[in-house]
Amino acid sequence: MTISPGKKREKIDRLAELAARDDERGVSLWREAFRRLRRNPAAIVGAVILALFLLIAIVGPFLVPYPADAQLWKGEIRDNIGYFPGPRADNWFGVDHIGRDEFSRMIVGARQTLLVGVVSTLIGLAVGSLIGGIAGASAGLGGKWGRAVDNTLMRFVDMLLAMPSLLLAISIAALLGAGLTTVMIAVGVVSVPVFARLLRGSMISQSNSDYVLAATSLGVRKPKIALTHVVPNSLAPVIVQATLTLATAIIEAAALSFLGLGNNDASIPEWGVMLADAQRYLDAAPRLAVLPALAIIVTALGFTLLGEAMREALDPKLRK
Amino acid sequence: MALLEVDDLSVTFARRGQRTVHAVDGVSFSVDAGEVVGLVGESGCGKSVTSLAIMGLLPRQPGLRVGGRAVFDGTDLLQLDDRSRRDIRGRDVAMIFQDPLSSLNPVIPIGLQVTEVLTRHRGMKGEAAQKEAADLLDRVGIPDPRRRLKEYPHQLSGGMRQRALIAMAVACQPRLLIADEPTTALDVTIQAQILELLKELVRDSGTALVMITHDLGVVAGMCDTINVLYAGRVVETARRRPLFREPRHPYTVGLLGSVPRLDAGRGERLNPIPGSVRDVLAWPDGCAFAPRCTRRIDECVGAPPELTLTYDGRSYRCVNPPPVPGTPPPAATDAGAPEPATGGPVPAPREEEKP
Repeated sequence: MTISPGKKREKIDRLAELAARDDERGVSLWREAFRRLRRNPAAIVGAVILALFLLIAIVGPFLVPYPADAQLWKGEIRDNIGYFPGPRADNWFGVDHIGRDEFSRMIVGARQTLLVGVVSTLIGLAVGSLIGGIAGASAGLGGKWGRAVDNTLMRFVDMLLAMPSLLLAISIAALLGAGLTTVMIAVGVVSVPVFARLLRGSMISQSNSDYVLAATSLGVRKPKIALTHVVPNSLAPVIVQATLTLATAIIEAAALSFLGLGNNDASIPEWGVMLADAQRYLDAAPRLAVLPALAIIVTALGFTLLGEAMREALDPKLRK
Repeated sequence: MALLEVDDLSVTFARRGQRTVHAVDGVSFSVDAGEVVGLVGESGCGKSVTSLAIMGLLPRQPGLRVGGRAVFDGTDLLQLDDRSRRDIRGRDVAMIFQDPLSSLNPVIPIGLQVTEVLTRHRGMKGEAAQKEAADLLDRVGIPDPRRRLKEYPHQLSGGMRQRALIAMAVACQPRLLIADEPTTALDVTIQAQILELLKELVRDSGTALVMITHDLGVVAGMCDTINVLYAGRVVETARRRPLFREPRHPYTVGLLGSVPRLDAGRGERLNPIPGSVRDVLAWPDGCAFAPRCTRRIDECVGAPPELTLTYDGRSYRCVNPPPVPGTPPPAATDAGAPEPATGGPVPAPREEEKP
């Protein structure tokens, strides 16, 4: 039996429709970026490191063999002052200078590190984006007062930027007293200018784009243009920066802790504090310094790798 | 009185330490409801600046001065405050841009961009806005509009994008539409479809259309009245037929002559106008086209030529217009024409005019 021309046409139409549907997969810009991300080996490595880190930080503390502040001497302290047992069956990473299980402390410390990194980055992101967003919108779209608002805000940001970041963090920590919250605020404030400048610059360049002109030509109001057109298009570099900032925030938090401005609650271990504590015993037990340092480095590396890969994936110039 | 009456529009950019640039210099034209008026000229002649000035979209910068009047339905668009200008934009006057991809926001779906206009000017929200947006897309010939509303600009083809932009522009049934080279970025076949769509919109809703283009094919197919611009001035105004049949300005002649012809023999050279618009600054007085003109005479230098009005409502700015009946692109007859006497830098004279 031969196929009638009508049926044939129907079939072709259906095929065409299927082809068209196939073509339209990669839906949004973000999904497209994610696909590129998946093909980048550096991104995979970074993501695996971060996944492990997150897993340890979130569920680790529930599974540790000992409480982080339990002293586990087995008579060594009496036998030999200044000697801490190294790795052994009961304590995989050995014990520290006051006999606490290093392995448990490392794992519980991961949570603190994550907390400090994420919260301080969020503080920086929120405050920085707010300042940068207002400045960018005023500079790019603002009317009479736009330039003045932009100038005022950005000079303030420049002031922050002019101070060395660690010095700024130390001053803030000194002002608020040592503590975990202080570290978060201090590290967050340090990253404010970066986010502010980045979002502002990105918004100003987007404000000159054709679609903003097109929206303006349709009478859309300026606040609406800023929120629905300019900001969504300006976010990519900010998101990348946030990932990279997580890495620096962790290192900076460790540095503050190392200087004694960080966590003052000895019962909660934190990698930076552990590193600071270990420096007196570098001769006797270098592992006590090496382990937290290594953990900090690897975590920061994970964030950096992922951040860089995201920068590449989101950069419109590198696309296709 | 016409719907839009542009009178002596001028746009100047003054920069410190540099001579003032007259991007648009005394442009006047008018557009009636349901009429298609073309602004034609090569790149840099001030077409786009004219349209942006009318819309009030020129980027605010020190040294920018807009003069003259652009009276739309009794109100001078150039004198409006920001607020009423924003109200008029999109509702009464809308604009279609050249590059549909960059004129659409890449990170939000088409639907959101169409409904935005509806919300702004017609107060529509939610399902009503969605439905109206789908109707609009349907009206501009986008198939399966419901699905398209959820799609992002990069998922649409070039023609679809331009249709979507047109849908946004006509969402509030504006009385005046300014199309700034709407088909330049498109294939020839798509170009024809888009032009057809614009024509339909003009015919069905009586919208006035200002068509900005450098493409004489588009002009021939679309425009009722044509203004030829050169260096920020209207050098010739005519209805379509007379313009093509007997252009009265050498620049128009050159434009028509430089269109590649299908019936030209193989290997026949194209026939461009020598030189380029160059810097408008370089020609302090006199006819701006004179340095490139094959019909240049002594009178071209000095005062800018007045607009000559002819009996049939045409006008042109030329002291030595080409003869009326038909015009084969004039050969370089006046090769021996004297060099202009002004001291200003003169754009490179043509080969055979060098002493």
